[in-house]
Order: sequence, then C-alpha cells, then structure tokens
Amino acid sequence: MAAFPATRHSIVAAIRSDRAEVRRSAFDALVTAYWKPVFKYVRLKWRASPDDAADLTQGFFLRAFEKDFFASFDPARARFRTYLRTCLDGFVANARQADARLKRGGGVALVPLDFDEAERELAHQAGNAIADFDAYFHREWLRGLFAAAAARLRDDCAARGRRDRYPLFEAYDLAGDDRPRPTYAELARRHGLTTIDVTNELAAARREFRRFVVEALRQQCASDEEFESELRGLTG
Amino acid sequence: MIPEPAIDRLAAMFRTPDLTGTRYEIISTLGRGGMGIVYLARDTALDREVALKIFDRPPGDSNEARIIARLEHPGIVPVHDFGELPDGRLFYAMKRVRGDRLDRWMAAGPSTGLRAGRDLTDRLAVFLRVCETVAFAHAHGVVHRDLKPENVMVGEFGEVLVLDWGVAAADIADCGLGNADSNSQTIVGTPQYMAPEQERGDAAIDQRADVFALGAMLAGIARGVAPVAAIARKAQSADAGQRYQSVPALAADVNRYLAGRAVEAHREPLFARVARVARRNRLAILLVLTYLIVRVVLIFLFRV
Repeated sequence: MAAFPATRHSIVAAIRSDRAEVRRSAFDALVTAYWKPVFKYVRLKWRASPDDAADLTQGFFLRAFEKDFFASFDPARARFRTYLRTCLDGFVANARQADARLKRGGGVALVPLDFDEAERELAHQAGNAIADFDAYFHREWLRGLFAAAAARLRDDCAARGRRDRYPLFEAYDLAGDDRPRPTYAELARRHGLTTIDVTNELAAARREFRRFVVEALRQQCASDEEFESELRGLTG
Repeated sequence: MIPEPAIDRLAAMFRTPDLTGTRYEIISTLGRGGMGIVYLARDTALDREVALKIFDRPPGDSNEARIIARLEHPGIVPVHDFGELPDGRLFYAMKRVRGDRLDRWMAAGPSTGLRAGRDLTDRLAVFLRVCETVAFAHAHGVVHRDLKPENVMVGEFGEVLVLDWGVAAADIADCGLGNADSNSQTIVGTPQYMAPEQERGDAAIDQRADVFALGAMLAGIARGVAPVAAIARKAQSADAGQRYQSVPALAADVNRYLAGRAVEAHREPLFARVARVARRNRLAILLVLTYLIVRVVLIFLFRV
C-alpha cells in the first residue's frame, strides 16, 4: 500500500495541496485504493481485454494526475467515488472514440499495479452476471477497503507480536464458502488456545479491523459530510 | 482477495454490533439518532428490555451519556449503563420508552394517558412539558441543539420525554458554545428547526437556539391560532435578541394564552380583546347580567 501519512486528513483534499510531494503521496494512496475497482470495471463494463484494461487504467490515473481531474471535485455535488467513475466513463469513451492506444505520459510513474492478480480475481468472480455496474463498482471498492484494512491488521499484529490474532481473524472472518467455517472450538484446538482466548482475540482483531476501515474511509472522503454518509452506509 | 461471503460478513459486522462481553442482546433496531443507532436490546442480567444507543464513531467523540447522566428529570430518559463494545464503539443503555414520537402523536397515534384527539390544548400541554425539560437542561448548562418533534416521545402513560441529546453541548455559562461538532466541525441540527446563528456556525450560541427550535415546533402546533402563531414567530426571530430570552419566558407566554390572558407577542384587535375578556370572565359577566335583569324585573314589578 502506498505510504500515505497516517493522519486523519482526506487524501482527496490533499490532492489539491500546493506542495508537490503531498499531492504525489495523496495521489499514490488514491491509486492504491481505486485501481483495482477501476481495472475490473473497465474490463467488465467496457468489455476491454486484459491488456487494454490495464492500459486504460494506467492511462486514466496518469491523465488524472497530469490534468488535475480530481482537483475540480466538489464534495457538495457527489461522492468522490461517483465522481471518479463518471470521469472514468468519460475517459474510456474518449479513448475508444480516438481509437488509439494510450500514451504513457510525461515521465510520471504510477505505484506498481499487479494487473495479473486483478485478472485472477476476475476469473474467480466469473459467472456472476452484473446487472448494476454502479453497485459492482461500489462492491469492488468495498472489497479493496476491507482488503487494505485486513493487510494493515496483519502487519500490525506481526509488529506487535500478536501471533494468533490475524490467523484467527483470517480463518473465521475472512473465510470464503469453499469450505465450512470453523467453530471457535476448532480454532482453539488448532492454535492451542482456549475458546475464551479465541473469543478475545477475535474481538480484539475486529476492533482493530474496524478502526483501520474507519481511518481508510476518512482518508478517502473529501469532506466530513461524505465521511459520515459513507460510515452510515457501512453501519446501516 | 476478500471472498464474497466475507465482504457480506464484514459489512454486517459494521451493521450489527458485536456485544460480546456485555450483558445485552440486540432484539431489533429502533431507529437512528444523532451520532448513532438506537437498538431495542435485552439486558440479560436483569431480564428487561432497554434501548441501547451505539455510537458510529470510536471513543472520545461523544459526551451524550455524560450529559444525560447529569440531567435527572422526569422528561429525560435515564441512563442505566455506559460502556465500550469490543469493536471500540461506545454505547449506553437507557430505559425503553413505549409511546409515539410527537410528530406521529400529533398526526394521530393511539390513545395515551393524555386525552386523544390532539386538540390545541392537548398539544400545548405537551409543548409546555417539553419546555419544562429543556429549561431544566438549560439550568444545568446544557443546550440540546436538535429539538424537533421527532426527538420528543409521548409515552403510554402521558409522560413526555425529550430524546437524542447526541448533539447537545454543555456548559452554557462556562464557554462559548460552538454549534459545530467539536471534532468534525460540521454544523449539527435540523435545518427547519435550526436557529440562524446555529446554521451559520457561529462560534457561540446559547439557550436561545433552543428557544428558536421550540418556536418552530410551536408553529407546527399553532394551526392558525393567531396568539399562538405570534408566540411562535417571536420565538423564531432571526435576531436572537428579539426572541424570548429563555425557555421559561416562552412557556409563560403560552401559559398566558391558555389562561385566557393577553400574550406578550400578540397585539390583538379590540373586538378580539373584548371577546377574550368576555370568555375569560364568563361567570362573572353572567352573574352581573343576571343581577341586572333581576333588578330590572323587580323595578318593573314594584312600579306596577
């Protein structure tokens, strides 16, 4: 994940900073948060090939950086995510119309983007018909938000010597439907803990996970109102 | 990649609070208030239902429970318990109140201890109870800042409770009351009921912001009754200096109306004044008239 200063300031607001290094750092954080939903969205909605989608994704972010797309975002009018998707649709439509491959621009380098991994994820999701691309983009953004928070939790647990916490969280809360979810008792046996330990470790992991999600959400929102709205969207 | 079921599970984790380690079990959602969600929950230790308010934000962002705890009044729901959930959010448990929100109660709603039918006198009686509660809070240095019919509950037994002190601010006398939330600097309140100075985000507001909101509530109650509408207008003056300077002053004018006396806020036409005085002194006027009629009759009889 791009190293954006761990402050409560919005990365969307930081993109308008007068200081180039702040602007760049915010932009990298924004790319990290959004590149995967953008890539998948372009692949599926615009039916782009993997290579074209990768080019369009990189081209979109590079153009956004060069042309200051996001500086004109007005939080009073829309959510940032909606604004970004609208810009993306316009960008792809123009690129298609020009029928030209996108130029990698102006010596600007993006943070490394693992398109192969995104493609593997897409293959894993294949077969799910998408009726609403707005909802799809939101869900992919949410997946990214949770993935980033889970990665922070993993790193944090490792740094603080909490050996069992993340593996328990991963096994129980991040479990897929490919196998039955373990019970607390099973997890306790596997890790040589008591069931109460598992309960406590999971409670602590969830607390930390929630904190990381809320922090990431705050960074990605342009205003307090948007943050409150996003948080309410999560908390129902 | 976070698998599909995990996304739903993690999102649900945000929606349904983890009450592990507490004595409460969620039964259902009662509604959303300022800063958080209120659930109907069971207190397993005492086997009773409570209303459990859980804040959206991590610790440190709310002083609602502390504010309510210092306000012991029949018009304010008592706090039973206060604590932190495993996910770090704060909660407090309070008495579960059964009844109707004021807006619904006024619209229709089931019969309560107060007479059903919602005529103006009933509505004003409820309004005055709200005023008593708010005045009590002011006397203890607390401004509610989000008074509106949705935040008033008329209970099954006629009790009137002012809810949702989530955006209240304390210490009127001690400091300038920013109406912006102290952490986020966002304007708090509800537009229709928000005083201009609160809407502007002025650095210092006082109890007159609540007088404005009460005026807006009274305007909804007045139903074209000129003196009450005039009281509501005065309470809603854009200039705080032109409003009633305190809630008891506002309530006193409403009481004057109910007692059939002239209200401060309304200069009535001569005919209306005569009619009001006549209504108020109906018995005395009847007695005098009867006396005069009897005198006239007696004079007439003795002449004959």
